[in-house]
Amino acid sequence: MAKLAIFFALTLSFLPFLSHSFSPDTPTDRRILVLLDDFSLKSSHSIFFTSLKSRGFDLDFKLADDPKLALQRYGQYLYDGLVLFAPSVERFGGALDVAAVLDFVDSGHDLIVAADTTASDLIKSVATECGVDFDEEPSAMVIDHQNYAVSDVDGDHTLIAADELINSDVILGKTKIEAPVLFKGIAHSLNAANTLALKVLSASPSTYSAHPTAKLSSPPSLTGSAISLVSVVQARNNARIMISGSLDLFSNRYMKSSVQKAGSHSKYEKSGNEQFVIELSKWLFHERGHLKAGNLRHVKVGETNEPAMYRIKDDLEFYVDIYEWSGNSWEPYVADDVQVQFYMMSPYVLKTLSTDKKGLYHTSFKVPDVYGVFQFKVEYQKLGYTSLSLSKQIPVRPFRHNEYERFITTAFPYYGASFTTMAGFFIFSVVYLYNK
Amino acid sequence: MASPESTINGPTKADSKSLRNAFGGVIAFIILVLIGVLAFSIRLFSVIKYESVIHEFDPYFNYRVTQFLSKNGIYDFWNWFDDRTWYPLGRVIGGTVYPGLTLTAGTIWKVVNSLNIPLSVETVCVFTAPIFSAFASWAAYLLTKEVKGPGAGLTAAALLAMVPSYISRSVAGSYDNEAVAIFALVFTFYLYIKTLNTGSLFYATLNALAYFYMVCSWGGYTFIINLIPMHVLLCIVTGRYSSRLYIAYAPLVVLGTLLAALVPVVGFNAVLTSEHFASFLVFIIIHVVALAYYIKGILSPKMFKVAVTLVVSVGLAVCCAVIAILIAVVASSPTKGWSGRSLTLLDPTYASKYIPIIASVSEHQPPTWPSYFMDINVLAFLVPAGIIACFMPLSDSSSFVILYIVTSVYFSGVMVRLMLVLAPAACILSGIALSEAFNVLTRSIKFQLPGIAGNSTVASEESGSSSVVAPSDVSKTEKTEEVAKEKPVKKNRKKEKENVEKKPTPSKTERRLLVLPLEASVIAVLLLVLLGAFYVVHCVWAAAEAYSAPSIVLTSQSNDGGLHVFDDFREAYSWLSHNTDVDDKVASWWDYGYQTTAMANRTVLVDNNTWNNTHIATVGTAMSSPEKQAWEIFHSLDVKYVLVVFGGLVGYPSDDINKFLWMVRIGGGEFPHIKEPDYLRDGQYRIDAQATPTMLNCLMYKLSYFRFVETDGKGFDRVRRTEIGKKHFKLTHFEEVFTTHHWMVRIYKLKPPRNRIRGKTKKSKSSRSVSSKRDVKGKRNPWH
Repeated sequence: MAKLAIFFALTLSFLPFLSHSFSPDTPTDRRILVLLDDFSLKSSHSIFFTSLKSRGFDLDFKLADDPKLALQRYGQYLYDGLVLFAPSVERFGGALDVAAVLDFVDSGHDLIVAADTTASDLIKSVATECGVDFDEEPSAMVIDHQNYAVSDVDGDHTLIAADELINSDVILGKTKIEAPVLFKGIAHSLNAANTLALKVLSASPSTYSAHPTAKLSSPPSLTGSAISLVSVVQARNNARIMISGSLDLFSNRYMKSSVQKAGSHSKYEKSGNEQFVIELSKWLFHERGHLKAGNLRHVKVGETNEPAMYRIKDDLEFYVDIYEWSGNSWEPYVADDVQVQFYMMSPYVLKTLSTDKKGLYHTSFKVPDVYGVFQFKVEYQKLGYTSLSLSKQIPVRPFRHNEYERFITTAFPYYGASFTTMAGFFIFSVVYLYNK
Repeated sequence: MASPESTINGPTKADSKSLRNAFGGVIAFIILVLIGVLAFSIRLFSVIKYESVIHEFDPYFNYRVTQFLSKNGIYDFWNWFDDRTWYPLGRVIGGTVYPGLTLTAGTIWKVVNSLNIPLSVETVCVFTAPIFSAFASWAAYLLTKEVKGPGAGLTAAALLAMVPSYISRSVAGSYDNEAVAIFALVFTFYLYIKTLNTGSLFYATLNALAYFYMVCSWGGYTFIINLIPMHVLLCIVTGRYSSRLYIAYAPLVVLGTLLAALVPVVGFNAVLTSEHFASFLVFIIIHVVALAYYIKGILSPKMFKVAVTLVVSVGLAVCCAVIAILIAVVASSPTKGWSGRSLTLLDPTYASKYIPIIASVSEHQPPTWPSYFMDINVLAFLVPAGIIACFMPLSDSSSFVILYIVTSVYFSGVMVRLMLVLAPAACILSGIALSEAFNVLTRSIKFQLPGIAGNSTVASEESGSSSVVAPSDVSKTEKTEEVAKEKPVKKNRKKEKENVEKKPTPSKTERRLLVLPLEASVIAVLLLVLLGAFYVVHCVWAAAEAYSAPSIVLTSQSNDGGLHVFDDFREAYSWLSHNTDVDDKVASWWDYGYQTTAMANRTVLVDNNTWNNTHIATVGTAMSSPEKQAWEIFHSLDVKYVLVVFGGLVGYPSDDINKFLWMVRIGGGEFPHIKEPDYLRDGQYRIDAQATPTMLNCLMYKLSYFRFVETDGKGFDRVRRTEIGKKHFKLTHFEEVFTTHHWMVRIYKLKPPRNRIRGKTKKSKSSRSVSSKRDVKGKRNPWH
């Protein structure tokens, strides 16, 4: 009942916003289910959770093996996002299983998966389904003898001070993360052919993945830059997934601790974890980097109505609106690299669109001298942004029978020839018939 | 035939003759009307047995075009760019279609509607073919009458009205170009012969117009524009040049070519392609000959000789130069300026060697012997007799008919569909043969029957002498069977022909020699009537049973005698039109393209207008590729649904699996990674456990046999009469969305690309798949 009230309150508080924005479509998630191994995580990771709550998210904490667990009821999803902070859970409770989690993602919802050395097969298989392969070795950890964080216990090189972050303002925010990010957990790798997954926090070349105490008998399977520490996946339906090899990354302890990277003299009072995690979660829950395009339209130059068909060599103008979600409203998206294709099996025209900085993109071009069924295509895939893929079919016809030139100057000799022949024949006939 | 002699008693000779002519005219008219009714009504079996529906494939396209025409008018039709076929290329319908049929039906519809008779376009389309077959019969009457008189004409018209070959293309609902083209063909020939006989410029002009209508209607017009020059050449070579010949030919070439160039689909082809070359060559020759005759007329014989040597020496040099240039021009084009279909006619092996897409069409195959008997029946035996009759005497017009039958027999031997061109020729010649035979036999009877002979003055004169000749003829008739009987009859007829035409007096004495013994004549007449009766029985059977099936609705007799109807095609098409988006693209083999656009109103990639070989090859390649590659090809063409026709459950033999090798061949012609031997096991096409892995993994196999094993537990294919090779499999990139009641049409939807890309397959999994592969397949699958 309380939840319902909150939901109502939320909806009510949104009403004015809804009526003001030009579209009721709000991509930001609002209801998030957090699955935990035990409730102590609630306090040990409270900074992260508080940050989410303060940004308006409605968190619902549950134990991962809660028998009443359900993501949807009556075919409607109860949550917009799922946070799996339960690395060791072997089986979810209730109606939840791997397939349900993946269906959740495939219907456009977001997911955070955090693992650590105790990661169960369940968590690993969720990650694999999303294109992230955790190290197969059961107790292997990420070890780096050069880029470890200096700590009291000497010789423990499993606490990594990672600073190889992805270079993207969209994903990690405009403010640069100065301090290294503390990481302690397991390694994973991405399939190079996977175009959907990105390494957000990658390991240094001296990293490897192995059991920290056992002696290495064979070369570790995952080494160097192949290792990713934190990755994100943006599915084709723009659902976003974050997979981290370390649950501690999100913990209050790491966020607050000071960090000094081995071999470096600069010591930071505070690690980069808090900024990293919070900025990444903003991206993840669609507070940033969510584009929407629409209102694809085209007119023949000098006309106002959209035609059903063009003729070859017509001049046309093309418009499309692109907006970006800023977290609470749609703002014009400004970029100079949006292109439109005039496409029939291959692009016949490829034009960069110019924008008026109010969200309207525009260009004009001449229809090629080829008839067929064309498409206006806007395919926009930029790092960190949701991908835009719009198309609109438009046939292009050849000239009508009366649209060709009626008289051709170069053909005047032929016209002359035919008329003189006709006249000559007429005269000949008259002379032949009546001149006897 | 239509001779009403027996009714005449009494009045003076002149009176009786004119009365007889008038009476004959009336009877001939009534008979013609009856023939028209017969031609129309014998084609209605399809409507009575099934329903008033458009048949087959091409007629659906014509129907769709007619609908467009009736809705949008002729100018929009002319400029119609159709964006719903050949996606994404589109097709300029107005410029690539022979508009004759459509315009004809559209005009009929318009006229009928302006008379406040509210017929639907479909009704008009369904009944266009029967109406025009009545016209064709009348045209055959006119043509044969010009050649051999009204009796032969009526016989020919009656034969044509019900010849099975023509019925097969013109039953109600068979709304195809040939329906009107055969009428146009025969009518053009009639006007040519008429001009040749009369030398009238009026008919020559009409002839050009009829030729224009033929050009509008059917690509077969090239037959006319090659046959007539051949005949003109024949006349010139045999020394039959006359001004009538010139008038019949020259205006036709000039006006006809000008008019033909007006038809968008022909355009400049009328002067550029080799199909039309013969007409221009003969046009030049006839002028040279005309000039020679003219000069011969004004010069003295001596001077003429000098002139001839002069002209021949100079002309020969010029001709050599011109011909050399022409050959060079023609040889520079790869197909020597001929279209693929024409080349197939000249060299029957051409298509199977170079153009699989032409060879793949069943109606472009050479016919089998039984099909001659099926399609023209007894006419095949009467035609030789008719040819002999035409030689007695050989006139300009009868030589044309002979040329017509000879060429059309050749063409029909190359392509089954050209049987249609043979049919009118066979009817005309058989009509001549029958009529001549009856003429001789009935006269023999008449002269020998005492009662009638006494009344007739002509007969009494001749009756005495008839016995002189009779014995020799009797021996012949008795020896030979009914077919051979025509031959002696024919010999006699030579003289007889002459008196029908112009000069009755000198032949009177010869005519006495023509009389056969009474008994032989009576028996021969009876046998001929019996022959005709067999023909009628056969034609009615063919019309009712063989050629009336609309092919979109199939029927079969169940064991208890009941009728089982398979209406799967329309079920599938209406499913498409109700359950898919208007702009969705449907991929299928090209056979079903016209039907999909017309009945389901969905965009298709390829259709029965096979103008773009590459595009068809793309679809063929997709069908013969494994699922993933096929999905990629279809996805790149924006295809949403794939439609396959599958006959394995009910035993419908012309399904996609049986056509599949053509898809492989056509696809392999453009994309060499598709190789026909990969689909054959030891040169045999099979789909059972012995089939090659490529075959068992290709899309067509999978889409046809997906879940098939669930029907009977074994997966027994009733068309191939074998159990299928791969029974249990899943589709990864396609999902089944609809299968009709008898599984004849199966529709699949392309799955969208995967939302997520999975991680690496686990080691355990890959090792398992490797081992299973090794177990199941002896030979390596080239796709993996």
